[in-house]
Parts: sequence; structure tokens; C-alpha cells
Amino acid sequence: MRVRRAALVAGLAVTLLLLCLVAAGTGQVRVPPAEVLGSILHRIGLDIGPTPSVTHGESALWVVRFPRVVLAVIVGAALGCAGALMQGVFGNPLAEPGVIGVSSGAAVGAATVIVTGAATFGGWTVAAGAFLGGLAATGLVYSMSRVGGRTEVVTLVLTGIAVNAVAGALIGLLMFFGDADAVRAIAFWQLGSLAQANWAAVAVTAPCAAVGIAIAVAAARRLDLLALGDRSARHLGVHVERLRLGMVAVTALLGAAAVAFTGVISFVGLVVPHLVRMVAGPGHRLLLPASALGGAIVVVAGDLAARTLVDYQELPLGVLTAVVGGPCFFWLLRRTRARAGGWG
Amino acid sequence: MKWTDVDPDRVGLRVERLGIRRDARPILSDVSLTVRAGELLALVGPNGAGKSTLLAAICGDLAPAAGTIEFAGRPLTRWAPVELARLRAMLPQRATMSFPFTVAEVVAMGRAPWAGTRLAAEDDDAVAEALRLTGMQTFAGRVFSALSGGEQARVALARVLAQRTPMLLLDEPTAALDLHHQELVLRLARDRAQQGGSVVIVLHDLGLAAAYADRIALLAGGRLVADGPPDAVLTADRLSEVYQHEVEVLPHPHTGVPLVLPVRP
Repeated sequence: MRVRRAALVAGLAVTLLLLCLVAAGTGQVRVPPAEVLGSILHRIGLDIGPTPSVTHGESALWVVRFPRVVLAVIVGAALGCAGALMQGVFGNPLAEPGVIGVSSGAAVGAATVIVTGAATFGGWTVAAGAFLGGLAATGLVYSMSRVGGRTEVVTLVLTGIAVNAVAGALIGLLMFFGDADAVRAIAFWQLGSLAQANWAAVAVTAPCAAVGIAIAVAAARRLDLLALGDRSARHLGVHVERLRLGMVAVTALLGAAAVAFTGVISFVGLVVPHLVRMVAGPGHRLLLPASALGGAIVVVAGDLAARTLVDYQELPLGVLTAVVGGPCFFWLLRRTRARAGGWG
Repeated sequence: MKWTDVDPDRVGLRVERLGIRRDARPILSDVSLTVRAGELLALVGPNGAGKSTLLAAICGDLAPAAGTIEFAGRPLTRWAPVELARLRAMLPQRATMSFPFTVAEVVAMGRAPWAGTRLAAEDDDAVAEALRLTGMQTFAGRVFSALSGGEQARVALARVLAQRTPMLLLDEPTAALDLHHQELVLRLARDRAQQGGSVVIVLHDLGLAAAYADRIALLAGGRLVADGPPDAVLTADRLSEVYQHEVEVLPHPHTGVPLVLPVRP
């Protein structure tokens, strides 16, 4: 068991690493993977391997590609882990960060900034608005769904639906009042893209994702117990309410950090944990880190496809993940259901 | 207070004038009851008598509207959940599972309260023993949610046994089981009590209760009607009145254990 766990995590990590080397070298300026690796090794002081031979290769890598690939890794890991976390917290395989309002809240925050033209945080104002919007919507959903000091899962999910609906209306209203540029900007934000990636965005999101994933993994064993239902988990010594609040906060942090600079990238949080569960089983000690790695692989690969499928054009990443993710999720549902004898 | 401060042979329970309300409607009123170490207590009574509610209150799920519950010499509300989980295990009426965990993984969940203590070293041993006692060893690798109702019930019981607590609270553990496994579960419960543990078990089958319980508490309409040894509690007149059905009680020809039979026209 322990060997299989290590093998899966190692396998995913190696896959991710190779994919990143390929993704960083692909684009209008082509750099072979060996030269990409060489460039990194030289940068950290090891004179091993070849360096980029094409003109501007080095700067294309370090100014454009690397921040983009690294941000894709961070965003994917945050989304994958947050999805697995939400499914565990709700004991429901259909949950994803969107359920508790993270994505729609972030969209409202971003749209507000775009329409009002606010620039409190300079070029980062949209990201800051999205981040705060995501946290605020989650806080709202959570506080409104508490009854008598406890949160029932169904109440929480239904409250989330209500808040998501209001958020959708607010976005519509903001688009109505905004000018043509604002409407276009809002629409593109909701489609998701990594085109705005830079090292500053990496520096902001990386700590959020790292802290969130670390807290989630530390709670893995208690998350397993939630599968027994709230009562049985409590009988086994879990402070269910405290755990749920903590994990909702972690999901909000991960989700808000993920969408702040990139916009909504759908289905990663929903599909990746399902795929991982098929291979690794439902135990969170393996599911959480493996979903983070799997999410990173999907977003890096998705972004690579988004910017290379059509020459001189960039497809919106969120559209791509949804087009692939939707049918994929349907297939997963049927398969998992047939195997496990229903959802119980 | 920690589990290590409690003598495992003295984990008992005292319920004093307990009242429970749901939406201002009284579910239990004025129930006083003690559970001593080394004793198997059966809670019996008609549907809606408040048996499961009493058990839920005892394990800390429901806050009393009146009265007190004292667990191992200390008010129940002053126990931290994890300390409580090291002293008592609870089997719910229905076992649910939202992800495809295997039987071995589900039983190992019973060991969660011991993580980080010296007894975590017993984890594998406790899981293996619980699977053996419930006859589920060969199911260890199967997915829990794909099992039959009776098999799921036995896995849930194994999880509770693996917790290795001095007190066991079992809510209708026999409901989904065949005759053989009903006897098996009650024998396991009685063994636990004879080894010094205390067991509270909600039962519908009065024959099972009479055969295995040291004491029976009969509930009806949210009140405790009788509390004592089986042959004192299970009398034809009392049962006929409580169950609103004519009942005969006969001593078993060999053992003398009361046999409870509804009168059938």
C-alpha cells in the first residue's frame, strides 16, 4: 500500500516535470526539452547540458514561458486539491469549489473592478477583486447556511446554489452597465486564460497554494472519517464543525488564488479527483497530493493545447477544459457508478 | 481529563432525570439510568419509545433539555470528542459510506482516535481481530458500498470493535442480520461485558434481550417503564400493556430464560 502510494505520487511528479519541460519549449520560439533543462540547470549554477541555441531562446523561456508554466502548475494543483477537498468535506462526489461560491464570487469581484475601472492595487486590482470576491462569497454561503451552530451539508449546497444564482445576476448587471470593452473583458475573464502570467502572479499564488495544500494534507485522515457521516465522524473524535469550517476556508483560499490571475477554469476541480480516485482509491492521504499533481498536469497540458492548437491564436483555456472535461466527467460518472454499486 | 486518567474497568454512565426535546416536543422525560462496567444493558420498547434518542443522548449527539449525563465520573459535555472516542464506541442504526472505501479501510477508521498515542501500535492487530470476530476477514479487500445490507452491518460492527473502547453503544445491531449472525453479535457483546466492558444495546427482539442482557430497560412513550433483570422486567402484563398487543411469557423448558411470544389468533 505504502509502496503503491509512493509510486503513484512519484509517477505523477515525473510526468508533470517532463510535461513542463516540453510545454516551456513549445511555441513560436521552439526550444528542445534538453535545452530547457540545460537552461534551468545553468541558472541554478550547474553547468550541465546544452543551453537554448535559438535567438531569444533564453529570454523567451525566462520572461514568457516559465512564469506561465509555473502558474499553470500552481493553478492546476490548487484546483485539483480544492476539488478533492470539497468532495471529502461534503462527503459528496459531485462537489467542487464552485459549489460554495468561490468561482462566482471571484467573477463578481473581477467584473466589479473591470466595470468601475478601480485601480487601487494598480495592475493587480482585478486579481485582488477576484480573490476578495471569492473569499467573501464563500464566507457568505457558510455563514448563511449555519443553523443552530451547525452546518448541514444539504443546506450548505443549496445556499451555495442561491448565492451562485445571485452572483450570476450581478455579473449580468455589471455587463449591462459596462461599456463594450468591459463586457469583452468580463467575458474573457470568465473563460479563463493564463496569458497574463508573470513572475509576480507566481509569487502571490504560490504561497497561497502551498499553505492550502499543506493544511489539507495534514487533515487527510480526519477527512476520510467524514465519509462515515457527520455523526460517526464525531463519535470517532473528529470536531466535525471545526474541521468543516477550516477546510471550507482552505478551499476558498485555494480556489480564490487559482482564479485570481487566470479567471474561471472549469471542470479541473471536479474531474481530476474522480480520475485519481479510480486509480488510488478514496483515501485522502493519497487522493489530495495526487489530485494536486493531476490538476497541475491537466492545466499545463490544457494551456499548452490552448496556445498551440490554432496558429497565432489563443483558445480560452476554460473553454477547452470544459469541452474535454464535460464528456469525460459523464463517462466517469457511469463507470464509477457501475463499479461501486451506486453512490450510496 | 484524558482517557489515561480513567480506569478502564470503571467506565460507567449515570443518567439523572434526563429530558430531551425536539422542537419543544418532549421525546424523553425524567429518565434515570445507570450503566456499570461489566454489564450488558438492553434498551427495549415499542417504536418511538425513545430508545435511539436515549442512546444518542448518552453518546453526546443530543443536548439534554433537562437532567444530567455523567460519563466515567464526569459530566458528558466536559469531555473532548477525541477523549470520548477512546472510551466509548457507537454503532449507528444505519451504516453509510459516501466513497468506495474497502472493508479493511472502513474498519481501520475505528482506529482513528488512537493516532498519535502508544496504542496506535495495535492498529493492525485490532483491525485483524475485529474482522475475525465478525467473520469478515475474506471481505477485507471488497468495496464497502457494494456489500449486502447484512455484510455492511457486520463491517460497521467490526469498525466499532476495532476502536477497542471500554464502553460500546450499539443501536439495533441485529436489524439487518440473519439468525446466526444475530446470535454472534450478542455473544460478542456479552463477551465484552464479561471482560469488564460495558455495553448498551438497543434491541427489538425481546427474546434476544432476555437471553443475553444482564439488565433490561423498558421504555415507552419517552419514559422509563421498568429497569431490572430480564425475568423481572419481561412480564406478560407489562409487555401486553406497553406494546398494545397481547403477549405471553413462558420460561424456556431447559434454561428457564423468558420466551416472549405475541398471542396470535
